[in-house]
Amino acid sequence: MSPIVKSKGERFTLPGKYLLLILTCICILLMILTYGTSVFDVPVNSVAGTILVPFERGISRAGEWLRNRKEELASVQSLLEENEQLRERIADLTEENTILTQERYELIEMQNLLELSETYYSYNKVGARIIAKEPGNWYDSFIIDKGTDDGLALDMNVIAGGGLVGRITKIGPNWARVTSIISDGVNVSGQVVSSDLTLIVSGDLSLAGMGLLRFSQLSDPDDLVIKGDKIVTSNISDKYLPGLLIGYIDTVTDDANNLTESGTIVCATDFEHLETVLVITDMKIDDYE
Amino acid sequence: MIQRILVAISIPFFFLLQSCVFTYMKLGDIVPNFMVLIACIYGFFYGEKTGAICGFFCGLLIDIFFSPMLGMNALIIMLIAYINGGFSDLFYAEDIRLPMILITLSDVSYGLMYYIIAFLLRGRLGIGSYILNVIFPEVFYTLLVSLVIYPILLGIDTLFKNYRIRKEREKQDV
Repeated sequence: MSPIVKSKGERFTLPGKYLLLILTCICILLMILTYGTSVFDVPVNSVAGTILVPFERGISRAGEWLRNRKEELASVQSLLEENEQLRERIADLTEENTILTQERYELIEMQNLLELSETYYSYNKVGARIIAKEPGNWYDSFIIDKGTDDGLALDMNVIAGGGLVGRITKIGPNWARVTSIISDGVNVSGQVVSSDLTLIVSGDLSLAGMGLLRFSQLSDPDDLVIKGDKIVTSNISDKYLPGLLIGYIDTVTDDANNLTESGTIVCATDFEHLETVLVITDMKIDDYE
Repeated sequence: MIQRILVAISIPFFFLLQSCVFTYMKLGDIVPNFMVLIACIYGFFYGEKTGAICGFFCGLLIDIFFSPMLGMNALIIMLIAYINGGFSDLFYAEDIRLPMILITLSDVSYGLMYYIIAFLLRGRLGIGSYILNVIFPEVFYTLLVSLVIYPILLGIDTLFKNYRIRKEREKQDV
């Protein structure tokens, strides 16, 4: 006899194990359906957007406030020391800036001469605020408060403080999820500025806490790459726009095959203190159209 | 009924608390896992069925916003909450050791399952460093937070229980 028997006058109840079975089936079905396709993306993302995102906007401000209070508690002494160091740095940088401004002027002149006006730093950008972060500790992605209604789209690149942060991997009408480049399993094709050598930059959970990225597949027979070299996104990447700063080489080690090199990169962006980001609304695909 | 609504509201509330507030208050780069925590507590309070449903929605919320596919976190947390529901017969309000042990085991098993699904299958074999740097700190922080949250949820639960008992007594008197 089946355990689900409805006798007269008794309320119908579903035994726990059947409920578990049904929910497990739903989960597995959802996983299969959403792994390759995006059938539920539009309805689910809009519902989630309308219900939760307004709250997230408000509450994340409270979170920021709390963190700021926490950081205010950091000893005043260290701040004073830092202030002094920064003052010295400002003096250095001002001097450097004057020289660079002159050089930039020259560069523009020369570029005009060469008709190279299409430089990489002229991308269109939109500012967005981070309203929620990945609740788990395994990946590093976050939610921003702008979505398709503001003209954003899937795969748009996100930068902050001059460095590459990541790209949009999920989008709703008023929110978007940005998967950062320090997430485990995310790969970016990069290029060393000084020597034009290409390499693969990948996020690694064990390094992310230290603000480092792993790189591999650098073919550098002449040992041109040294610590401190600048890494930018390469021209051959299909999702990332060329010329966005990723970071600086930290360590280089030879691989076992003696052909390629790998090592670590210091991130240009401070992922710990991100509050606002810039979304580049130009897309790599646009170039081909 | 009011209690059910309260439980339903608390799930998105804790999700927001985790993803919007506690991500700014990281301890050693780690955020406590509220979703496993409350799914585990509700399973322990209200039994297998309520636990499974709560766990399913807790996981689904994470999935909608942060997971590459829907259903993965939902499945893991649902199973954990269901197993916790099996212990609801041993629920005594005075005993805080059993829920703490359950929360610890739940969070460890969530971490291990997540590692197997999302990392081991991609060929990341260094399980030792993941246990040391992610799973253990997370369990510790979650346990710390649960010491605050468990009494609050327990208080709300007893409040409703007392109310129900009083109502039944009134009925018997009439």
